Amino acid sequence: MNKPMLTTHLSYRTVFSLVLKRDLTIAMRHKDDIINPLLFFVIVVTLFPLGIGPEAQILSRIAPGIIWVAALLATLLSLDRLFKSDHSDGSLEQMLLSPHPVFILVLAKIVAHWLITGLPLILIAPLLAVLLHLNEQSYGALMLTLLLGTPVLSLLGAIGVALTVGIKKGGVLLSLLVLPLYIPVLIFATSAIDTAALGLPYNGQLAIIAALFFGSLTLAPFAVGAALKVSTN
Amino acid sequence: MPATNTNYMNKQSILLSATELTCIREDRLLFDQLNIKINAGDIVQIEGPNGSGKTSLLRILAGLSQPYEGEVFFNKIAITNCREEFHQNLLYLGHLAGVKNEMSAQENLNFNLALHGINDNIIDIETILAQVNLTGFEDSLASHLSAGQHRKISLARLYKSKAKVWILDEPFTAIDKQGVHALEQLFKAHIAQGGCVILTTHQDLLTFAPQQVKKITLDYALDYGLDYE
Repeated sequence: MNKPMLTTHLSYRTVFSLVLKRDLTIAMRHKDDIINPLLFFVIVVTLFPLGIGPEAQILSRIAPGIIWVAALLATLLSLDRLFKSDHSDGSLEQMLLSPHPVFILVLAKIVAHWLITGLPLILIAPLLAVLLHLNEQSYGALMLTLLLGTPVLSLLGAIGVALTVGIKKGGVLLSLLVLPLYIPVLIFATSAIDTAALGLPYNGQLAIIAALFFGSLTLAPFAVGAALKVSTN
Repeated sequence: MPATNTNYMNKQSILLSATELTCIREDRLLFDQLNIKINAGDIVQIEGPNGSGKTSLLRILAGLSQPYEGEVFFNKIAITNCREEFHQNLLYLGHLAGVKNEMSAQENLNFNLALHGINDNIIDIETILAQVNLTGFEDSLASHLSAGQHRKISLARLYKSKAKVWILDEPFTAIDKQGVHALEQLFKAHIAQGGCVILTTHQDLLTFAPQQVKKITLDYALDYGLDYE
């Protein structure tokens, strides 16, 4: 190009931290976004001992499933805020029109979403595991599966939100789109926790969840970017 | 360099152009076979009744929407092939202000500028906000500000923008008289520096001579295969 073109180049890291910081600032000023999914998670889990009865044996048998299903639902509940408000106030358009690759912006928003919703779930999960008499040997597996699995929930969920963000009442559609995608994580996570309860190695299940994590980490942001372009069209 | 200056001055350098744009929304043909050439130093006003496709045209020119047919070029390169370069030289402000309610005026402006690669210290941000009459509101959360003030926060970006192509959808909505005057001065300065402004507004641009403003009239009954150059 012979014309003097403007080159304001920010590194990926700068852009990433810029968007991450913004989303975390907004979340900190809108605390119900953090607290509501967490309370939902706690309440859903505590409903089970009330409904099923306090027998330790039954509860410890179904604890992994309860905790994981509640985590899926809590994540689903919080997904909407990922792009909805940005879409309705026009800041999403501005992000898509910025000279940075969309995937880096999207990744920053997903990481922020996980820090706001996934991380608190992980922190409170051991407490709920006590409530459900989870087998002592399973605590490590529970934490590891949550640590690897909840980011997958945020990443896959973001694709669903990006596809439905332009639709006025996309809530139900979102759950229909996203929940089936969560099934593999649910299966392998609960299986890992069950295996750990028997004192057997659960590396295999963990490896598959890790594969799901890295697969979605690398591919989901591109899918989200493409979906957002369709939604804002 | 004098060479580049004359390049802008003789108005022969095409910044943004579009060929054979066709837009269909909800089975309605909004415009068909529209050809547009916008040179450095142009101010273009897109006119037409409500629902005639003004916003759709602006969104297509900005690359936010895909036209049914046709293509948009920046510096004679299709914008889909030079996304990064185009976006560095594009400032698009749509109907929505793009202002977050949870952040203060200053934080909003700071983020919007930083996202487009303009990092400024706080003092500078304050002077820009003063230019759009938002002194004293720097630290107010946007949720406490009015619609006009939201718009001013997003328009404040124009003062620092180095983008050549400004695409503004109804920039004067909810802006007071004084603000409109200031904006028109800003447009003048921008086109004098070899930029271009494309806007929709139902008002007349008061401080511009009528022949200075290029007009594109969208009204399907009127323009069928018209060329705007």
